[in-house]
Amino acid sequence: MAGVTTALSNLTEPQPAEVLAGAGRRKPRRFGRAAVLVICGVYFAVPLLATLLFTVDNGNQGFSLSAYSDIFSVAGLWPALQLSLELAAATIVVVFLLLIPAVIAVRLGGQRLRMVVEITCTLPLVVPSIALTAGFSTVLRWGADNLASTPFFQTLNDIQDPNFPVVLLLAYVVMALPLAYRTLDAGMRVLDVRTLLEAAQNNGAGRLRAIVTVILPNLRGALLNTALLTLALVLGEFTVASILGFTPFAVWIVNGNSAGQGPVTVAVSIVSLLLTWALLLVVSMTAGRRRGAPADPA
Amino acid sequence: MSNAAPTVASVVSAGTDTSASATVEFRSLRRSFGATTALDGLELTVQPGELLALLGPSGCGKTTALRMVAGFETPDSGAVLVDGEDITRIPAHRRDAGMVFQSYSLFPHLNARDNVAFGMRMRKTPTAERRKRADELLELVGLPQYGDRYPHQLSGGQQQRIALARALALRPRVLLLDEPLSALDAKVRLTLREEIRRLQQELRITTLFVTHDQEEALSMADRVAVMHAGRLEQCATPAELYARPATAFVAEFVGTMNRLAGRIGDDTGTVEVLGQRVPVDGSPAAATPHTDVDVLVRPENLVLEAQGGGGAIVSGSTFLGAVTRLSVQLPDGTVLKADLSTHDAAALPAGTGVTVRLPERPVLVDRRTV
Repeated sequence: MAGVTTALSNLTEPQPAEVLAGAGRRKPRRFGRAAVLVICGVYFAVPLLATLLFTVDNGNQGFSLSAYSDIFSVAGLWPALQLSLELAAATIVVVFLLLIPAVIAVRLGGQRLRMVVEITCTLPLVVPSIALTAGFSTVLRWGADNLASTPFFQTLNDIQDPNFPVVLLLAYVVMALPLAYRTLDAGMRVLDVRTLLEAAQNNGAGRLRAIVTVILPNLRGALLNTALLTLALVLGEFTVASILGFTPFAVWIVNGNSAGQGPVTVAVSIVSLLLTWALLLVVSMTAGRRRGAPADPA
Repeated sequence: MSNAAPTVASVVSAGTDTSASATVEFRSLRRSFGATTALDGLELTVQPGELLALLGPSGCGKTTALRMVAGFETPDSGAVLVDGEDITRIPAHRRDAGMVFQSYSLFPHLNARDNVAFGMRMRKTPTAERRKRADELLELVGLPQYGDRYPHQLSGGQQQRIALARALALRPRVLLLDEPLSALDAKVRLTLREEIRRLQQELRITTLFVTHDQEEALSMADRVAVMHAGRLEQCATPAELYARPATAFVAEFVGTMNRLAGRIGDDTGTVEVLGQRVPVDGSPAAATPHTDVDVLVRPENLVLEAQGGGGAIVSGSTFLGAVTRLSVQLPDGTVLKADLSTHDAAALPAGTGVTVRLPERPVLVDRRTV
């Protein structure tokens, strides 16, 4: 019996030579991973550190945090930020209103519907912002030339109101569709939407109520991610707003740079970047956390 | 369920009205999905307090029929009646039917108690009352201590018990079970089916149970409705279904069946098979005198005698516990299955020459396929 045991252990336990060979094989792999991580880290960190340095290095005076303290007094920042936040909020609402029913319909409907919605939502990815803006400009010019004598002219003016340019909202909704659709669809994919809706209906909830009380609470993470990605997109969008002549947050930063407010505007960029990261971290932690202990094996 | 079984009194206090079970009628239901006919004129009545199993292969229309009672499917024609009231066009959320789904359908964001109380919340039952009733129902299904657990913290069997409690929470007149055990492992499935049957019998709630598992259907149901290609083949008690199948499909779908070459006699009342003349069960429309047919015989109805004169040979055996199933090859190459007590089968090892006989009792015949 002892002989058998010994023979088996000889078969199953790795020999010292094999262990050494295995360790030798693993070393280059670990080194490779570390190298990739370091390269990626440098790629992301160096520009950020350079930007940070730019905001705190005050020429001959040396280190200074004045760029950050000036954030609270610099002209034009708060109206621009307010406009961007309002546009972001409105974009998020419109995207939700458009996409939540669409994604649920895709889950309940057939393959053909899925293809139509996917292609429609992905299309903006292949349309450059500049092309989208050119399209908007053309339509707005055509409207100004041809609708002046019609009741629609006032509407055309209203959607270009600098206090809340609806035309920017429309552009941002289109631009947010690809990311928002993918995020919501991924969140929906882990749910058996049809069965959950039917179970809710079987328990007395109408279709709309079933969506609100059962589907949306289970999409909390995906909804938060979608909102945050849309917020980041709107806060950082420059091309469309600038060419159409509006001054939201990103345009203000670039204009400020041109006007000699470089350190302050870059400091604002860094603060907004850090805030966005912090929000993303909170969202991913909230969405990733599951309540309570794991299931009983029984 | 590990806890002591609740009494009927506690069940009533849990809010389930034992006298409210209903009659369910399917009237000439037809439903097609494109070129596929799911239901082809289904006619069926479920009696109050009865557990009726809808049994059949995949695609036979059993789930479609159940979903029509729940309100998730609308028939192309025909009607669904509950206690004589036509509910065909009533939306799902206004129907009086609790349903347990095949896949775990608990709401992931709610704990077990809130899942059970969900329907009561939709009906605006006061919080204290719905919490009390939810706790009673959790006790009814043997999980009183699991109220605060979320679905991902529960096993499959526990989730289906919670789903059952939720289905009963609104005091439905009809309980619909759509293959609720199919996703569970064999041991849990066996326990849960006994518990479902016990609850159903205590509550006397009219129950429709969809399954493709004949053992499940035969062991749980008062009656079994066998469906095939959208039509009802036979609806009978499990014993009758097994002993007197109305059609060849039922005979072969429920239990194991041998097909033997036979020939109808001078009249259609007898058939010649294995050198014997035995009466035909019923009056098969296709059978005319002297036509070749298949004779359907269950393995336990074959008699084997250890004499080589018949030319049949035992070719193998499968031990099934008290019974052993022998494979017997006939001279024409046909292989039959015969069930013998394990004690008797021991005397007939592989290679033994045997004579196969039929007992003198009516047999079912079908058009020739062998």
